[in-house]
Amino acid sequence: MQLFNYHKPTSLDEASSLYRMAEDPIYLGGGMTLIPTMKQRLASPTDVIDLSGIDQMRGVVVSRKSVSIGALTCHNEIANNAEIQSTLPVLSSLAKLIGDNQVRNRGTLGGSIANSDPAADYPASVVALGATIYTQDRTISGDVFFQALFETALEPGEIITRVEFQVPTRAVYQKFPNPASRYAVVGVLVADFAGEIRVGVTGAGPCAFRARDMEAVLNRALDPDGLQELGLSEVEFNSDLHASGEYRAHLLHVLVRRAIVELVALD
Amino acid sequence: MKLSLEVNKTLHELDVPPNTLLVDLLRVNLALTGTHVGCDTSQCGACTVLLNNRAVKSCSVLAAQIEDCKITTIEGIGTADDLHPMQVAFRECHALQCGFCTPGMIMQAIDLVENTPNLDKRGIREGLEGNICRCTGYHNIVRAVASVAGAVD
Ligand SMILES: Cc1cc2nc3c(=O)[nH]c(=O)nc-3n(C[C@H](O)[C@H](O)[C@H](O)COP(=O)(O)OP(=O)(O)OC[C@H]3O[C@@H](n4cnc5c(N)ncnc54)[C@H](O)[C@@H]3O)c2cc1C
Ligand code: FES
Ligand code: FES
Repeated sequence: MQLFNYHKPTSLDEASSLYRMAEDPIYLGGGMTLIPTMKQRLASPTDVIDLSGIDQMRGVVVSRKSVSIGALTCHNEIANNAEIQSTLPVLSSLAKLIGDNQVRNRGTLGGSIANSDPAADYPASVVALGATIYTQDRTISGDVFFQALFETALEPGEIITRVEFQVPTRAVYQKFPNPASRYAVVGVLVADFAGEIRVGVTGAGPCAFRARDMEAVLNRALDPDGLQELGLSEVEFNSDLHASGEYRAHLLHVLVRRAIVELVALD
Repeated sequence: MKLSLEVNKTLHELDVPPNTLLVDLLRVNLALTGTHVGCDTSQCGACTVLLNNRAVKSCSVLAAQIEDCKITTIEGIGTADDLHPMQVAFRECHALQCGFCTPGMIMQAIDLVENTPNLDKRGIREGLEGNICRCTGYHNIVRAVASVAGAVD
């Protein structure tokens, strides 16, 4: 790993001004993606700005309609938080499926979303649960946040401070994990907001997206058989050594079907 | 950069470059070589230590990130004459062969048993997901952890 200057600001203003002044800065969340990347020299920043000292980016606020989670909250905190478990259980169960225990003890919600890894789990929840991403000076709708492979709507220097999820009537996350890394080969989050169905998909395309063609069918009737009328969707599916695009397109249908069966059984 | 942190209940004041990994601080600066480096790419869990009582992969944590934190390594849980119950269980269940993965397995197992309510064998298998063993086939490792946790199938 190349040498860098290390900073640990305690406020958002301090973090932003450190970012502006540095030659080639990068923010550090839990480091579960960034540190291995720097070790491989795929990133060689001059300045690492560790966000973990900014208290404003912590804490969970639960109301009847929404759950707002600080960006520094680690995956295991989301998996084990009793309030999230009772209000938004789908998010706790999704968090529990991420990587392994050690990764869940360090990796953060903000870092995962900022990274927009095509196979990461949280992005499916951001698009399916009508999330709002809060940064230092604006809010971004979850629907437009993920833009391409490892690309988000964040501007350089922008920090995710919190993510606010809408609480659905019921929801299910189904994931086919890569057996070695546990990343999603495909993951789907199907949410029912008082009869309006939203389907968030990760792992299948360059970044997370809503399967709007499936939503349209399921909003007519919440019956997985209806999906058969759809051809494979127009999205360009990822193809790599883990799965071909065709395999992923098929897997998407299988997982949505399983999710609907589980969703209907929830009450 | 100057750092202070507690390792195995001893306070250390160190001066290390900012790109020092926790695992190197332990093995090189403090000569605590019980923490192993298997893959160095965050996959194998051989480097697992407890950071404020939670298992982390020390090859993927910067020393700079953990100023004022409490670290426990395999050297900090027992002595040759007075082994930790998890070490006793690994010995009795024959849960190691070459022993390379064992320090990481044991630190992970301690986090699991201390921090998971109602741990069962499936929970143990899932909980050991981040630790790879090339020798044992896992069965005896799960048995050892289950005996400490009082877990049944
Ligand atoms: C072995 C292994 C298995 C894994 N398996 C899975 C899995 O199954 N599913 C899954 O979803 N993920 C998985 N991950 C990734 C893990 O969830 C990471 O924690 C996550 O991708 C990044 O979060 P982080 O906090 O560690 O971010 P970091 O690594 O610190 O940062 C990642 C990127 O986000 C930026 N960033 C961090 N925080 C912020 C912020 N608040 N605002 C703006 N930018 C920010 C950084 O600058 C960097 O570019 C795995 C990782 C490992 C090592
Ligand atoms: S050496 Fe750290 S995970 Fe393998
Ligand atoms: S005992 Fe040899 S790697 Fe586990």
